[in-house]
Parts: sequence; structure tokens; C-alpha cells
Amino acid sequence: MITAIWRTFHLGLRGVARHGLRSLLTSLGVLFGVASVIAMLAIGEGLSHDVQARIQALGSNNILVRSLKPPESSSAAAERSRLSVYGVTYQDAARMQKTLPNAQIVVPVRAIYQDARYADRRADARIVGTVPWFGETNDFKLESGRFVTEIDLETRAPICVLGATISRELFPLEEPLGKLLKLGTQAFRVVGVMRPRTALTGDDQGTIEDLSRDVYAPLTTVRQYWGEIIVKVSSGSRDMEQVELHQLQVRVADVKKVEATAAVLKEMLEASHKSKKDYEVVVPLSLLRDAEETKKDFNRVLGAIAGISLLIGGIGITNVMLATVTERTREIGIRRALGAKRKHIVSQFLVETVVLAGGGGVLGMALGWLICVLVPTINPKLHPMPTQESYVLSFVISVVVGIVFGLYPAWRAATMDPVEALRHE
Amino acid sequence: MNDAVVTEREIVVAMRDVERHYLMGDTVVRALDGISFQIERGSYWAIMGPSGSGKSTLLNLLGCLDRPTRGAYLLGGEDVSRLSDDALSDVRSKKLGFVFQSFQLIQQLSILENTEVPLFYQGVAPAISRERARQALTRVGLGDRVSHRPNELSGGQQQRAAVARALVNQPIVLLADEPTGNLDSKTAREILDLFDELHAQGSTIILVTHDPGVANRAEWVLRVLDGKVDRVERGGRARPVAGATA
Ligand SMILES: Nc1ncnc2c1ncn2[C@@H]1O[C@H](COP(=O)(O)OP(=O)(O)OP(=O)(O)O)[C@@H](O)[C@H]1O
Ligand SMILES: [Mg+2]
Repeated sequence: MITAIWRTFHLGLRGVARHGLRSLLTSLGVLFGVASVIAMLAIGEGLSHDVQARIQALGSNNILVRSLKPPESSSAAAERSRLSVYGVTYQDAARMQKTLPNAQIVVPVRAIYQDARYADRRADARIVGTVPWFGETNDFKLESGRFVTEIDLETRAPICVLGATISRELFPLEEPLGKLLKLGTQAFRVVGVMRPRTALTGDDQGTIEDLSRDVYAPLTTVRQYWGEIIVKVSSGSRDMEQVELHQLQVRVADVKKVEATAAVLKEMLEASHKSKKDYEVVVPLSLLRDAEETKKDFNRVLGAIAGISLLIGGIGITNVMLATVTERTREIGIRRALGAKRKHIVSQFLVETVVLAGGGGVLGMALGWLICVLVPTINPKLHPMPTQESYVLSFVISVVVGIVFGLYPAWRAATMDPVEALRHE
Repeated sequence: MNDAVVTEREIVVAMRDVERHYLMGDTVVRALDGISFQIERGSYWAIMGPSGSGKSTLLNLLGCLDRPTRGAYLLGGEDVSRLSDDALSDVRSKKLGFVFQSFQLIQQLSILENTEVPLFYQGVAPAISRERARQALTRVGLGDRVSHRPNELSGGQQQRAAVARALVNQPIVLLADEPTGNLDSKTAREILDLFDELHAQGSTIILVTHDPGVANRAEWVLRVLDGKVDRVERGGRARPVAGATA
């Protein structure tokens, strides 16, 4: 049995080898089809992997509420008074902590932009006023020192933790820990330095934030020093904004309850803010789901393209095989006269098409792999991730294409009348 | 072989009222119209007749390449006239040997591989079939040419290879349709000498020919006319006692 299969296979291989160039050209359709599918799948996989990694950095257990300046027209009254009041409040934070189901931890964040100075060096800093449990909703690691503590929060301690970049800018040579620096006009003591970190902002563009320029300080200290009113000087006029908190991060213990909790949270905010859209709710998990949905759409489109290219490749194979069958009518007649059954003829030609398509598939896999290797050298932003399944799938599909598109020519060959076939010129 | 007592020899080929009709549009062409004859093991027959009389049709039926429209055909005692396509293929690969006018060798294969083809479809193991093919080629005098392609050989050599291929499965009958039709007279004589030799060694041979000289080498001549057996004559090598009935 095995030897019979092997011999049939060998016979088919000889048929393919007989016309090397023609066979290669015939396989090209399948070859490029498979190569492009593997490469495109890999690039898509790489892209979505990046997006997912960034979204995951936001924390799939988290819900983020950000303060947003509402559209100008809607706050015409506030505009005149040159003081716009908006955003999430301490009250919101307290209410969420108390009444929001499943909300494990609420982290309030307030961000102020100030100069940071040490000795004769200066850097732009974003001062993030927050709470000791900031780490529960944010993935960061300390390079040295410690983070804000409960005592810092209670005593409104003038201490800060530096992001990696700003630490390097202010203290290129010295050890920052224990040093006194100035944030605006206020003196802070450095108690910790973070490792570099970035995060996706969660907007539609997938913007990446560099969090390494942040300076973290106790929320209470920040509130005491800078109050709630921010004065912005722009083109000669002074705009004032009153914002209590810039962000609230809510951690939900159970990933499955994140989206339900987010819905409740949105209702709560809508009620308390009286439908004023001065905040936005970002659910990283939903973003992740959207990204996966997008990836599925992408894969569906890809599948359609792959299907079309393989169909074209397959038709090419059928075409060539029909010509081959006609060309080899006499051989078929001879084989039949000498005892070949129909199934022998069918398998001989079927093996040829499967070898053509499968060979095209294997070469296509190699080309696809090569493309995946070369793409990053052309565009370093792309790092294709070819999956094992895409290789297996394309091989299986190319073999199936060989069988499907070889069946008709093989059937034509097998059903020829041997007497007629022998007489064929 | 010149033994006079031959009447009890085994009948290997028997046709009873065989008809073969072809449909040409609305008209039925009766290519064979009631043929009956039988052939003993080891005998040498020539089939003769004018063009279009049905010789090739008859040989195709004898060779199980075709099935009779009506009538019975017994090959080696088995009725093969109603077998399935697959079963007929088996009969061809195991019981029959073919030699064609135009050699019908597969150009892409060496003559050794060509000779192996019938054994391939019998499922004979490669090592054994190679050896048997080599022996068959040696028997026809091509033992030193086994790896040549057909187009590297002369017409006579190609026909020898075809004979080797027809012999390799030790067939019940060796069938030949105008085996010398494409050969010059000298080569034709060599091939006929080969047939004589095989006959002397016990092979049953049936060949179709136009050439009375060729027919003269056979023991019996079956004359076909309009799809019927016209008569059976003794050929040049006919034994003194009739071995067949028409
Ligand atoms: N496939 C076919 N379809 C229709 N008619 C056929 C077919 N094959 C043969 N015939 C007819 O059957 C008759 C016998 O043909 P056959 O080929 O057997 O003659 P033949 O004796 O071999 O002739 P030749 O000596 O010319 O080879 C002819 O009239 C021919 O036209
Ligand atoms: Mg003829």
C-alpha cells in the first residue's frame, strides 16, 4: 500500500519534473498567493500585537475617566467670565469609591504643567498629583527609592518621584535621591526614580504618551500648592480653568465585570454632571475588543483576497493540466492498454497537480517567510509575526487547491477510451 | 511442436457470435457481425481481410480494450465479455500482451521502464519487476540497451522492446496489430523471426496483417470479411491436423 502510494507519487513527480519551467510557471499563481497571504497575515498580526500590547499597558482591568474641556459654544457663560469649570471632581472620586459596584480601587490623578529646576538645569515637567495606590492601576517599576506613601498624602509632604527621562535631564551625573528641586516655585525632595514607561492615550489615533517626563507627587500636596485654578496665558489674554481632577482610574477586580461596571459608571457620571460632556470614559478592554474586531475584519478581507488569488492559481493549474492531458493522450492510452485502471490514471494526474500546487505552496511559504524577514529592513515600524497556523493553513489549502483543480483534468484523462487514445497523434 | 496429436489441447481464446456495433449518427455500423472461432494454447494465428473488414475491432475485443455489443468471449476459460472496466484492466495487465504497429512506447521512459509498466499496474515489487523486465529485454536481444530512450533506438529495436513489454507479464496470448507495418522488410523479417522463436517456445500469438508473407508464417489464417469470419485457412506452418473450427 505504502509502496503503491510512493510509486504513484514518484510517477507524478516525474511528470512535473519533465517540464521544469512550465511546472514552475504553473505554480506561480499558488506561490504568490500563499506568499502574500503569509506575509500579510504576519504583518497584520504584528500590528495588532503592538496595539494590543499598548492597550494592555493601560490595564484591561481598568476604566479611565478623563476630564475634557467641553466645546466652547456650550459654555458661553463661562467663557465670558474667562473661567471655565469642568472635569471630574473629588466628589466623583468619593462617590465611585463608595457606590460603584465592583470598583476595587479609585485612583484620582491631577496633572499640572510646571518648570522643574535643579541647580542650573531646567526641564518641562508634568506634575502628576496622585495617591499611594497609583500602582494598582498603572504598571510601573521603580528604578530606585520609593513611591508616594499614605503618610506623604496625609502630611502633604513636599516629595516627588521622577520619571526616567526627566530624572536624566535634571541629574545627568548626580544621584537624584534626596536632592531638593523646584517645581514652579515650590521645593520638593526626590524620594524615587521610575523606570521608563509609555502608554497608549486611548484616543482613536493610537497615540503613545511618554510618561517618562512625569513627576509624581502626593495629590494633597499638589492641591495645596496649586489649587484648582489653572491660569493659561495665551496671546495676551488670560484664560482660567478650574479642574479638580484630570483623571480617575477605576480598577475592577473581575475582568468579566469591567464593561458592565463601565456602563454603571457612565450613568453615574451622566447624572452627576447633568449631561455636561466634560469628561470621557476610556475602557481599555473595549478598545482591545475593538482591536480584535478590526483584526478579524482584516483577516476576513485577507481571506477573500487569498481565496481569489488561489482560485486564479488553481484555474491556471487546471488549464495547464488539461493541455498536459491532451498532449499525453497516447501515453494514457498505452498505460490503459497495459493494465492501468481509471483510478491509476486519476491518481497519476492528481498527484501532478498536487505536487504543482503543493510545491507552489511550499515555495510560497519560503517566499512569505523571506518577505517577513525583509519587511522590517524596509519599514522598521513593522515587525511581521508569521504564525505557525498561517504556514500550516496555506500548505493545506494549496494541496486542496491541487486536488480540486486537478480533479477535472484527471477525470478527463481517466475516462478516455483507450482505443481512441492509442490512435491519437 | 510438430506433434500430430493436438486435438486435446487447451482452448485459450473462444468467441461465440460476437458482434460489435458502432453508432454513427442514426446508422448502426456493424463492425463485427457474428464472429465465432476458438484458438488453442501455443498456436500461431494471423487475421487477414480487406480494409474496414473489422480486423482492428476484433483485435481490440481480443485485447479486452473494448467489450462486445453482443456475444461471449472466453479468455483462458473466463468470460470477459461483461467485465467491469477495472476488471478488464486487470485482465489486460495479467493475461494479455500487446504489440502495436506504431510501437506505442512511452517516449519519456527508458525501454526498461517501458517494459516494467504492465508489472507496475499489477503491483509487482520494483526490484522484481526490474529484474523481469531486464530478462524480457535480454530475450528480445536488447539486454545491453535497457537504459536507452525509445527515440535513441531504431524502429526494429523499438518494436523488439514493445515485444519484450508484451511478454514481461507472461500473457496467455500475444496480440499484434500490423507489427511489421512500420518496418522495412529486413527488420520486419527479424521481428517475425522473433515471433517464430516465441511461438517455438510455447507462446500463443494472434497477429493482424495485410501482408500474405507475414500470414504465411502463422499456422492458421482467419479471413475476415464485412465483420464476419469468411474462412479459416492453414498458414505456412500449419500442422497437418486442424486445430480450430470456424
Ligand atoms: N470508433 C468507431 N466508430 C465508428 N465506426 C467504427 C469505429 N471503429 C471502427 N469503425 C468501423 O468499423 C469497421 C471496421 O473497422 P476496423 O478498424 O476494425 O477495420 P480494419 O479491418 O482494421 O481496417 P484496416 O485494415 O483499414 O485497419 C469500419 O467500417 C469502421 O469504419
Ligand atoms: Mg486496422
